Amino acid sequence: MATVLETLPNAMFKVELENKHQVLAHVSGRMRKNFIRILPGDRVAVELSPYDLTRGRIVYRYK
Amino acid sequence: MAIMIKTPQEVEKMRRSGTIVREILDHVRSFVKPGATTLDLENAAAAKIAELGATPAFKGYHGYPAVLCTSINNEVVHGIPSANRVLREGDIVSIDTGVIIDGFYGDSAITVPVGEKIAPKTKRLLDVTKASLESGIRAVKVGASLGDIGAAVQEVVEADGFSVVREFVGHGIGTRLHEDPQVPNFGRRGQGLKLREGMVLCIEPMVNSGKPDVQVLSDGWTAVTQDGSLSAHFEHTVAVTANGAMVLTQ
Repeated sequence: MATVLETLPNAMFKVELENKHQVLAHVSGRMRKNFIRILPGDRVAVELSPYDLTRGRIVYRYK
Repeated sequence: MAIMIKTPQEVEKMRRSGTIVREILDHVRSFVKPGATTLDLENAAAAKIAELGATPAFKGYHGYPAVLCTSINNEVVHGIPSANRVLREGDIVSIDTGVIIDGFYGDSAITVPVGEKIAPKTKRLLDVTKASLESGIRAVKVGASLGDIGAAVQEVVEADGFSVVREFVGHGIGTRLHEDPQVPNFGRRGQGLKLREGMVLCIEPMVNSGKPDVQVLSDGWTAVTQDGSLSAHFEHTVAVTANGAMVLTQ
């Protein structure tokens, strides 16, 4: 579970992971399709890219 | 009545009531199975609302007796939950509810199939109605017209040969359940009120598989299709923001 720090242009977000690392993440297409908005402060689930551990994909927004 | 514009803080409060409505619908949805009665759904909803510490919006509204509207098959909207209405395999039931949190309302609805075996045309009705809502939401942006939303919904529905109910419409929402403006599910692009940031609307397409005409039963609430065809209903509370539509009911 990670926390969204700030909103960047093009639906990208700076997200802080539980291990304090910060990654650049984009919103998954499925969330976009269901109109789920992400705001700074939201707790989200992030999938990391195995090729670049500083990039990720936001796949879930927790309540 | 004028249109109430909500500040970002107020939209945030409405986001909270919207999230609660979503949780209630997701919860009630799990109770939909063949053999369940609409009263079972009502009780599940009432329990969940109490558990979440929210106030139901529908009960007592103009004398409405329940927290949910449960409308089966050819019932369009405002079906009253009752122990006599039993869900059967292949039915579709639309569940509509609202809550008040902190003085602000949230309102949303879903139509779900009962059981596993659903007729392909019925499934198509559900998919198209949901898609028409999404199309309407996509039409929401600052400077767009109210008619754009209605036209977007209508285009998706009629492309598949279904019809849009005219007698009931979407509405503004805020400190009251129903506020100005009315948000019809039909319309012409470019016509109507211009949307402004801070407006919060409920878009709720009601789609019939046959003709669009509707009549209200003698209980004074339940609306049914005149030709007996099936009807589906989906609803979201949507805020107009500078970045487009924000769906408050997730």
